[in-house]
Order: sequence, then C-alpha cells, then structure tokens
Amino acid sequence: MAYSEKVIDHYNNPRNVGTLNKDSKFVGTGLVGAPECGDVMRLQIEVGEDNVITDAKFKTFGCGSAIASSSLATEWLKGKTIDEALSIDNMDIVEELALPPVKIHCSVLAEDAIKSAINDYRVKNGLEAIVLEKSHH
Amino acid sequence: MKQPIYLDNNATTPLDPRVLEAMLPYFTEKFGNAASRNHAFGWVAEEGVDYAREQVAKLIGCTEKEVIFTSGATEADNLAIKGVFEMYKDKGNHIITALTEHKAVLDTCKHLEKNGARVTYLGVKEDGLIDLAALEAAMTPETILVSIMYGNNEIGVIQPVKEISAIAHRYGALFMTDATQAVGKIPVDVNADGIDLMAFSAHKMYGPKGVGALYVRRKNPRVKVTSQMDGGGHERGMRSGTLNVPGIVGLGKACELCRLEMESEAVRLSALRDKLESTLNKMEESYVNGNTQHRLPHVANISFKYVEGEGLMMAMSDLAVSSGSACTSASLEPSYVLKSLGLSDDLAHSSIRYGLGRFTTEEDIDHAIEITQKAVNHLRELSPLWEMFKEGIDLSKIEWAEH
Repeated sequence: MAYSEKVIDHYNNPRNVGTLNKDSKFVGTGLVGAPECGDVMRLQIEVGEDNVITDAKFKTFGCGSAIASSSLATEWLKGKTIDEALSIDNMDIVEELALPPVKIHCSVLAEDAIKSAINDYRVKNGLEAIVLEKSHH
Repeated sequence: MKQPIYLDNNATTPLDPRVLEAMLPYFTEKFGNAASRNHAFGWVAEEGVDYAREQVAKLIGCTEKEVIFTSGATEADNLAIKGVFEMYKDKGNHIITALTEHKAVLDTCKHLEKNGARVTYLGVKEDGLIDLAALEAAMTPETILVSIMYGNNEIGVIQPVKEISAIAHRYGALFMTDATQAVGKIPVDVNADGIDLMAFSAHKMYGPKGVGALYVRRKNPRVKVTSQMDGGGHERGMRSGTLNVPGIVGLGKACELCRLEMESEAVRLSALRDKLESTLNKMEESYVNGNTQHRLPHVANISFKYVEGEGLMMAMSDLAVSSGSACTSASLEPSYVLKSLGLSDDLAHSSIRYGLGRFTTEEDIDHAIEITQKAVNHLRELSPLWEMFKEGIDLSKIEWAEH
C-alpha cells in the first residue's frame, strides 16, 4: 500500500513535535490509544486569551498515518478557538491526508486526542468536561 | 530511482541468473508437454523434468519417485495434510500442529476441522521451540499426522525435527514438515530427520515463483495421499495438471545451487546476520525474538521498544524488511507467531524481521544498521511512550483507552 504524498510529507517533516508543560493550567493534554493496539497519541494545546489555541504539540507512537494525522491536527489547531477546534471531524483528516479505509482509525484517534486535550484543559480550569461520544476504531 | 536494500528474503528471494539461464530454453524451443510420450518435444521436456527431479532429490536425500511437483509450498501443505487426512481417516482423525505454523498449514487444519478432524494446536516455548513433552502428551491412538514446520518464517527458529518425528512414529503417526524456509538454507535430509512428507518452494531459494514440491515417502513406511487436484493423473496420480516445465527446471537448478553453495553461504550469512543483530541489539530497549542457538542462518527478528513497526518501516524506506505489526489489517492484531512466544502486544508491534540472502553484501548490512539506528532514534523522538519511559513512568500502570 502506498502512502499519499501528504502523509509522507507530514511523516518526513512532522509539524509541532514536542512537549508542553502538562502541569500548566493553560495546557491541555490528551493521551489516547494503547501500546497493545499499536498506536498512542499525545496531543497538547496551550490556550491563551479568548480561548484561542496559541500552541499545539504532539508525540505519536504508531504507523505513518497515525503520525501524519496527529501532525496535521496540531497544524490545524493553532490559532483556532476551542469551539472551532471541537468541530474538527476525523473525516476532515481522512480527506486531507487521503487515508485509505484501513487507516481511518488513525484519524479517529487524532480527533479523540483533540477532544481529550480540550477536556483536560477545561477540567483544569474549573469547567465541565464535554461528554464525548464513545468512538469505535 | 535507487532500489532499496532487499532484506526480506523470507518473503521471497530474487531469481538467481543461473537459474533463469537454465529455465529459458524451456519457454521457447523446449516448450513441449512433459506428458507427450510420442514425440521429441515431449521427450525433451520430460528429460528436463526428470533431471530436475534428480536435482531436488539429491538436495533432500530422497529418491526421484518421492518428489511431487506442485505450484508451491502452500499447495504442497494442502496436499500433504488434506491428502493424509482423507487417506488415513479409518485409522484416526487427530492431527497435531503448532500455533506458530504458516497459515497454509493452520488454515488447512481449520478446514479439516469442519470435515471431522480433531486438531491440536501446540503452543511453543518462549524461544519459539516446541515443547517435546507437550507434543508427546498430545499424542493419542487416533493421531494420524504431526505437522510441525522445520524453520520458522518470522523468527527463523529450527524445530527439533528429529525428536519430533521420533515421537510421531513411536505413536504410529506420520510426520509432515513445512520446510519452505529451511530447504536450501541448511542441510535437510528426509531419512536422517525421519520426515514422511515435506513441503517446500522454489522462490524461497532463488528459484521462480509458482513452483514447489511435496516429498512423499515411499518406503518405511509407504505414504499415500489422496489427490487434491484431479485430472490426467500426473505426478503418480497425486497431482494432476500439465507440468510447469520451466518452473520445475528452475526449481531443480535452484536446488543444485543451494546444495553446492549452502555450506559456505550459511557461514557467510550467519556472520552478516550476527553483525546486524549484535549491533542493533546494543541499542537501548531492543530485544531479539526467538531462540538464537537453533535457527536459520539468515534471519533476525528484533523488537525496538516504544516505536511501532509499520511506522519504523516507513522511516526505513531505503530498506525492504517486514514487521510483525499489522496496522493495516482490520483487526490491528500483531503477529500471531510473536504473540505465541509470549511477547506482549506492544513488543510484537515493534518488531522488524530482517531476512538476508544470497545477494546480501556486507555493505548492505552496514547500511541497514545505519538506516535502522537513525529511524529508531527518529521515531523515538516522536514517541510519547519513549518520553514516558525516559521519565521513569511505568507504562504498565497507565490506564490506556483501549480501542
């Protein structure tokens, strides 16, 4: 199976690899997936004034599509408000990266990571966690 | 485009130019049907087949009449297991095999279970070898066949075939082995090893794809299998179908070359493999999978913890290898062979198989080491698990969101 050019680009030049201070109250951290399943994503957001995401970082254990999905997610997150970020759908990632059906779970994981990071931020700041639909992938 | 370095010789091997040369006339001027008994075209083709049969027999220490040509090892496995089950069903219905077998054996056994067979799938020890006591304990008066592979395709371990066949015979069962990875790589002698049926294939030993053979013992005991392909009664009635003459000639030549070069080649390849393996094993958190004493000379299977195999292969695009991770399959299940060794799923997902071959050079190995080290380090920089490991976090204590 050949990877799409966009997957290869994100894989070779991953955007925003790194770690933000998970103890900061401006930082939300999402850690999703499981080593047994072959993919784990950690996605972090830093939120500034007006709920705007000022920075996003990721680290991913997984295949090329998983790495590309999380790299793309961080790219999209920067500059978005939290509400805008919540509207990112896994199918947007599938479309942008031209993921084949067997790799859709990678995009689902990225969406989960975004929502999980947002929830972590919300809880830290005294807000209620958003109830997430249980995704199956 | 520069070709990647090919280190996937357990999947298939390139055709040796000497094999191709032997095959070529049989596509063109020597095109006859080996079953045409009444003219020179047929005789010439038959001669080619007969000579190949001798070359094959010589490699595995049998007589020419015991070699049945097939389309490959999968067909030979099917013919052996289904053929024995049907032929000996009055004697019993029990078959013993192992969890680490190739799918051609496992799925054939599963198929027979639907037709009344009882199959025992033996587990293996941590090093991938069969537990002989467990095998013996599984033998029953109804056991008609023990089918255990010679050398494993994923980790390269060599099973104690002599001991296994002795146990099978002591209980009156036949011993069959899928020797696809072993024949041509290490000395295999059907008499010394007590083998009654043996499947193997040309394309794993520098021959062409689409041709293989089943060895069927004719003496002590005389083994019979029912044919799985009916028709003109070729191959002593066990496998009908016009013989693939160029392929068979290629298999014969491949066997001859392996017989002549195996000894020095095994020394050369195991030295290269050991260099690759010991260097990579010096990397932090890398683990060699399978028994390292009893194994094929050209295989190394290594897990690089905290990186995922498929992602790793993508980072090593200049290297053609394979991984025990199967992120593409719907189930996301990693290699069942590695799991049978008791490897945790995450280590199985992190495994890379290196299969060296006749055309692998020391330069290739040096490059492979460099490429692997670079890729593993790169992916560990991207890996949250590596970061957590480095921070001293116990990953087994984390509640992962299973998906």
